[in-house]
Amino acid sequence: MQTRLQEMKQSALAQISQVADGAQLQELRVKYLGKKGELTELLRGMGSLSPEERPVVGQLVNEVRSALEEAFAGKQAALEEAQLAAKLASQSVDVTLPGRPIPAGTMHPLSRIIEEIEDIFIGLGFDIAEGPEVELDHFNFEMLNLPKDHPARDMQDSFYVTEEILMRTHTSPVQARTMLKKEGKTPVKIICPGKVYRRDDDDATHSHQFTQIEGLVVDKGIRMSDLKGTLLTFARQMFGPNQQVRLRPSFFPFTEPSAEVDLQCFKCGGEGCRVCKQTGWIEILGSGMVHPRVLEMAGYDPQEVSGFAFGMGVERIAMLKYGVEDIRHFYTNDVRFLKQFNRS
Amino acid sequence: MKVSYQWLSEYVDLHDITPYELAEKLTRSGIEVDAVEPCNAGVSQVVVGYVKEKSKHPDADRLNVCIVDAGQGEDLQIVCGAPNVAQGQKVPVALIGAKLPGDLHIKRSKLRGVESQGMICSAKELGLNDKLLAKDQQEGIMVLPEDAEVGMDAVSYLGMDDYVLELGLTPNRSDCLSMLGVAYEVAAILGREVILPEIAVVENGEDNPVTVEIEAEDECYRYVGRHFTNAVIKSSPQWMKNRLMAAGIRPINNVVDVTNYVMLEYGQPLHAFDAAMVKDRSIVVRLAEEGEKLVTLDDQERELDSQTLLIADREKGLAIAGVMGGANSEITPETKEIILEAAWFTPQTVRRTSRKLGMRTEGCVRWEKGVDQARVQEAGERAAYLIQQLSGATVSKGQATATVREPKAAAVSVTLSKINQHLGTALSAADVTPIFDRLQFPYEQNGEEWAVTVPTRRGDITLPEDLVEEVARLYGYDNIPTTLPEGMTTQGQLTYEQKIRRTIRRHLIGAGLNEAISYALLHPEKAEEVAGLHEIAAKPIPLAMPMSEEHSVLRISLIPSLLQTVSYNKNRQNHNVSIFELGRVFLSTEEKLTQLPEERLYLAGALTGQWLPTNWMGQTQAVDFYLLKGLVESLFASLGITGVEYRAQANLAGMHPGRTAEAWVADRRLGYFGQVHPATEKAHDLAETYVFQFDVEELTKAAAPVGHYNQLPKYPAITRDLALVVNRDLPAYALESVIRKAAGDLLESLTLFDVYTGERIATDKKSMAFSLVFRHSDRTLQDEEVQQVTQAVVEALRTETGAELRM
Repeated sequence: MQTRLQEMKQSALAQISQVADGAQLQELRVKYLGKKGELTELLRGMGSLSPEERPVVGQLVNEVRSALEEAFAGKQAALEEAQLAAKLASQSVDVTLPGRPIPAGTMHPLSRIIEEIEDIFIGLGFDIAEGPEVELDHFNFEMLNLPKDHPARDMQDSFYVTEEILMRTHTSPVQARTMLKKEGKTPVKIICPGKVYRRDDDDATHSHQFTQIEGLVVDKGIRMSDLKGTLLTFARQMFGPNQQVRLRPSFFPFTEPSAEVDLQCFKCGGEGCRVCKQTGWIEILGSGMVHPRVLEMAGYDPQEVSGFAFGMGVERIAMLKYGVEDIRHFYTNDVRFLKQFNRS
Repeated sequence: MKVSYQWLSEYVDLHDITPYELAEKLTRSGIEVDAVEPCNAGVSQVVVGYVKEKSKHPDADRLNVCIVDAGQGEDLQIVCGAPNVAQGQKVPVALIGAKLPGDLHIKRSKLRGVESQGMICSAKELGLNDKLLAKDQQEGIMVLPEDAEVGMDAVSYLGMDDYVLELGLTPNRSDCLSMLGVAYEVAAILGREVILPEIAVVENGEDNPVTVEIEAEDECYRYVGRHFTNAVIKSSPQWMKNRLMAAGIRPINNVVDVTNYVMLEYGQPLHAFDAAMVKDRSIVVRLAEEGEKLVTLDDQERELDSQTLLIADREKGLAIAGVMGGANSEITPETKEIILEAAWFTPQTVRRTSRKLGMRTEGCVRWEKGVDQARVQEAGERAAYLIQQLSGATVSKGQATATVREPKAAAVSVTLSKINQHLGTALSAADVTPIFDRLQFPYEQNGEEWAVTVPTRRGDITLPEDLVEEVARLYGYDNIPTTLPEGMTTQGQLTYEQKIRRTIRRHLIGAGLNEAISYALLHPEKAEEVAGLHEIAAKPIPLAMPMSEEHSVLRISLIPSLLQTVSYNKNRQNHNVSIFELGRVFLSTEEKLTQLPEERLYLAGALTGQWLPTNWMGQTQAVDFYLLKGLVESLFASLGITGVEYRAQANLAGMHPGRTAEAWVADRRLGYFGQVHPATEKAHDLAETYVFQFDVEELTKAAAPVGHYNQLPKYPAITRDLALVVNRDLPAYALESVIRKAAGDLLESLTLFDVYTGERIATDKKSMAFSLVFRHSDRTLQDEEVQQVTQAVVEALRTETGAELRM
């Protein structure tokens, strides 16, 4: 009996180790440990044993059973592990294949620059004012101290619709409109982004339609030094914390004194390069103290209040910032151009 | 304005300042110098030579062998190919070792066996601008005046050691359209004196026989006539030619050159007449007759109108005032007797005539910007002096003068506190006074106030602020402090509309569209190709004077320009395009505008080709109506626009009659979307293209920001699916609205999940399957309740739409 038990154990363990899949293992389990299995059959033969032999054999049976159970469990785990490994192996993907396409659009480079500038000035307490693109001569010129026959009208040849109505040549009429609307109240702090139109032949550096951003501050006690400080703050936020601004005397009919504003070249940082024509500076803004006649016409007393105004070309900033060599790219909308502006 | 550095240094001491330093100083104080150009384009070791002998080259018909004295001790033998070389000429000679523009080095050489010890140069070879050369100097070697000194350096003789500063003048600083004006500016910057030109006319003739009468008193304020006899018309001396050429003016003859020279010097345009051609030596300044004709110096016959100011005698016109002289009284080599005009015409009259006739001479430019009225006579006398010097003319006694109005110098006062308040500076009176001194502005100082008498040359200064600017720019803008406004703080923010606009932009970009910006001015045929949203625009508004037909009317719809963009891309092999634009359209019912058009902000987009790029999974998605509608729906969702009704629209210009929908909220139309009409696609050579266009104001009105959230459901939902068989042409919306109405409040959501047409169904029918989700917010729904509601829905569908449940 004991010998048979030992033989059975040996043969069972050998068979278990040979098993290749779960079904076979289950078959073996039934064969040895099932209700009608061999071990059970042997146990039935226990009755014929002597009382002395019984505990010894009984213990041996238990030992064999637990040895077999352990072997079955071990084998089961091994099989499952192998199965999982096989499954994982079969599931692996080529991680270098491209992912499913998710469409992602882009903001127009001019909109990007405009929003960036808007956000900076909103932070400085400015509102965003807008006005019509088709404008009265009165607002486009006369309210800005450019009466008919003024020589400076030469500077901006215009698209007229009628004698009194034209495509605005700059965003400055929004200044006049905003001040009139405020009816003499202070402070006025606005920037006005928008499209403007001039009679220029389209080429790499000229466009009959382009974009400006105008700024205006009117309040008691506004000084030219405030203009300088405001522009410096803007320049540092927009172009980097070490930016410098430089003002040069200039002329605009609607400001007095007037200034061209240069920024340190953001290509070379002021060292001198092709972009800044070796000067280290780039002309980027026109500005000045609001002309007393402009204040007066818009209902403000130049003895009481003063103001400053500035204006810049969005295309110029975009061209410098992104190195765009042809202004027409902004308006032909080649998707290969647009799609490059996909990062923040 | 082109300013010769050497010439300028006659009026202001410039010995210690280079042309480049001067340019920087001018630019920094308000006169922008666009460029500093050296006149020498790379010439060295070229001297004045004298051709002693000329003989034919023994072996070459076209070559000459010249013996030239170039002041080198020994005469040089030079082979020269120019046909105009002749014995007795003074010529520029490039010596052995000389350099010429274009990297040309002169070496000892043999030409057909004859040794040549240098080269006789043409003007072009010396780098002179041949447009400014007299005709006889444009070909062959350059023949120099007889007084040129043999051996002298040609670079300095021809003024090529000079530099030219090109000023980019702003319209207010027309005073710097003259050498003296620039001199005053430079003197102010450097704190130096202005040295005025020499005037020493010797009246050595008879009494001036000229009479002057001004009839047009509103157009001409002053006229001064000088009279000369015995003039000898010839070429000007080299120094004068050099200066004229440096300024970009072609030398003609001594008298005409003097008028141009003094114009450059004083900014005062002058004119010289051949007095023999002026009837009775009488000058009349009058307006032309309508249709009166005059042949001008350029041999063109000009037809004048009654607003043209004319200089005439008693019989005929002699010159168009300020614009151009007449051919009938031109200074010719035969002229002996001269009338010199120095006058003052109003800027408006010259500007008008020069525009009308399309003639814009150097004189016109100065007249238009305003000539200094106070210097008319002085400029005339300077010219008279130079004419006498250069032509040997006899000057008649006295000036024939007519004056309508005397110039008045402006008086402007400014206080120290005004200056400091305006600039943010802390200047003292002792800082300001020297600035007015340097500007040579006469003033009376009363404590901290200056009453300035502004010289007439600075007509741009009329207000205290103008004086503040003068102080600021000479004090230096760099020295103004940097501060921030000190008033009340303000909180900047976007308006609701501006926020909506940004939401739209961000949403569409996130959804995969590229933002585009196109031109607002269009071709008239394109502008009406695809409908706008507002029929009030009868016609696109045309420009009065467009530059091209391509950009001649204002847009009333954004889609035509977007289609052009799609086509532009297609021509560059970009077949997959999905773009949108936020831009204004311009609407008016008026035939000719009397008031501003209505400007409305539209949102439009265009999509064509594949929505998803080609990929290895073979997933493709061509743009179609339902992709477009999905985009539109997601946009509405992002704006909180609900209750949108989509109506088929078969009658929109340029749109596919069966694939276009309008979006309505209550009785307001937000816009439309759909496929472009195949005929329009064909006209643009486009593949299937889908577009949308909405009015942003309508979107804004329909939009709702996020309000209170809805509590999350506590009770379970019950779902019922209904597959319905309906007539094929029944729109989904009809079924949906019946279901919603019949299902009532218990219906939480309704989803169409299948549409089927095909074999298993009658040909005039289709099957539509809806999933209905029911829920009660306060309790768990019973199956029976849902069963009842579903039954009611099915019943309603049957009676209202004829729908049957699909078995």
